[in-house]
Amino acid sequence: MVHQYQLNGYNIVLDTCSGSIHCVDEVAYDIIALYPNMPEEQIVSEILEKFGEKEQITEQDVRECIQDVKALEAAGKLYTEDTFQPLAFDFKAKNTVIKALCLHVAHTCNLNCSYCFASQGKYQGERALMSLEVGKQAIDFLIAHSGSRTNLEVDFFGGEPLMNWDVVKQIVAYAREQEKIHHKNFRFTLTTNGILIDDDVIEFSNREMSNVVLSLDGRKEVHDHLRKNYAGEGSYDSIVPKFQEFVKARGDKSYYIRGTFTHNNTDFTNDIFHMADLGFTELSMEPVVCAPSDPYALTKEDLPVLFEQYEILAKEMLKREKEGRGFTFYHYMLDLTHGPCIYKRISGCGSGTEYMAVTPWGDLYPCHQFVGDEGYRLGDIWEGVTNTEVQNDFKYCNAYARKECADCWAKLYCSGGCAANAYHATGNIRGIYEYGCELFKKRIECAIMLKVAESEEGLS
Amino acid sequence: MNRIKTIRDLKESVQHGGCGECQTAQPCE
Repeated sequence: MVHQYQLNGYNIVLDTCSGSIHCVDEVAYDIIALYPNMPEEQIVSEILEKFGEKEQITEQDVRECIQDVKALEAAGKLYTEDTFQPLAFDFKAKNTVIKALCLHVAHTCNLNCSYCFASQGKYQGERALMSLEVGKQAIDFLIAHSGSRTNLEVDFFGGEPLMNWDVVKQIVAYAREQEKIHHKNFRFTLTTNGILIDDDVIEFSNREMSNVVLSLDGRKEVHDHLRKNYAGEGSYDSIVPKFQEFVKARGDKSYYIRGTFTHNNTDFTNDIFHMADLGFTELSMEPVVCAPSDPYALTKEDLPVLFEQYEILAKEMLKREKEGRGFTFYHYMLDLTHGPCIYKRISGCGSGTEYMAVTPWGDLYPCHQFVGDEGYRLGDIWEGVTNTEVQNDFKYCNAYARKECADCWAKLYCSGGCAANAYHATGNIRGIYEYGCELFKKRIECAIMLKVAESEEGLS
Repeated sequence: MNRIKTIRDLKESVQHGGCGECQTAQPCE
């Protein structure tokens, strides 16, 4: 399957099933589009008619280009057949190890953000903090079910995890003891709204957390509109200096600033540029996922605006890169040469199989976005997964799970999409969240264009 | 005139992929 598009002056050809990317001129762009369904002689005459006089293209030029296309096809870099479907089901059926847990150490929060999917941290339930006993059992459960995997991940999540900070530190200490005994390598992540960041949080996190995710929506008026405390006050002024101090002390360790954009700020690139102007360089900005009736819900009419915004973002990133003040954007990060293998690209995040969320009282859910939905409770960290029916549903959530995706060029980039988004949009984890698909495809087109531009302009 | 410039082979990764050590389009570990 081949996907062709033109963006920022580049003619780009993506061969979905080999992963090959080609930057071509207008003649090759048209030949590649015509080649699968048109006799060679007809291609020659059509191309000569279109480009012959204007571009001074000769018949020999066209035939040489057709030969180049044939050579790429023979080399498995163009029109590559999709032979991956059997892998999707074999791989998932065999794979039963767990490698990542999201620990909900606090089902409570010190902010009252309007759009919070976790209903202000409580996940439609009671306020709760995870005990050290539950945290240690979660670590034991992960190690026991990790098979031969060495790299294990634990995310400290909420609610607001800093509201249970002492337990977080004790869980990390316990995991560090256990990793030596069991020959594992723990990577910890902390997601925080920043209110409770202090010197101890910074020092400990910069020593122990592989990554920190810091919630900021961008410009002060945008951030404060939806991210308020219980007194109704915006949180921008109290968190931005703390984030700046945190990131400065972090050196070259991973972090990123994660924002959410809504119908209120469809010009979200201005929020990303604001983050960059504050000195942050690792940035993420996500579309809100909420009920269509919510006043800040994105609308169908917003889509063309958002597409344009993603293009503006890509072009500005190129410009700033050339000026020596570049920044990264989560969805534009593609590792073309050492990125994930086909198994990873088919199976995606592994929610419900390799990755699970743990509630403060030790229940297991497929991921943090299903917590609180009793029908998706998988089991607990003492008995393990007992709801195998739900887990089996997640085993078959992959790039080949939906017939609507069969002809989609982006399926090996999205891996079939986010099960939680599909569920919340359609009521089915294997449904199609079309709005998310449209945004995703646009982002991947921009991300690939950036890679092409870096290659063409010697920036990589 | 070279009209096509080509910028990981997914087919090849069928043989060498699937170890699962990467983090939850992640550097391969």
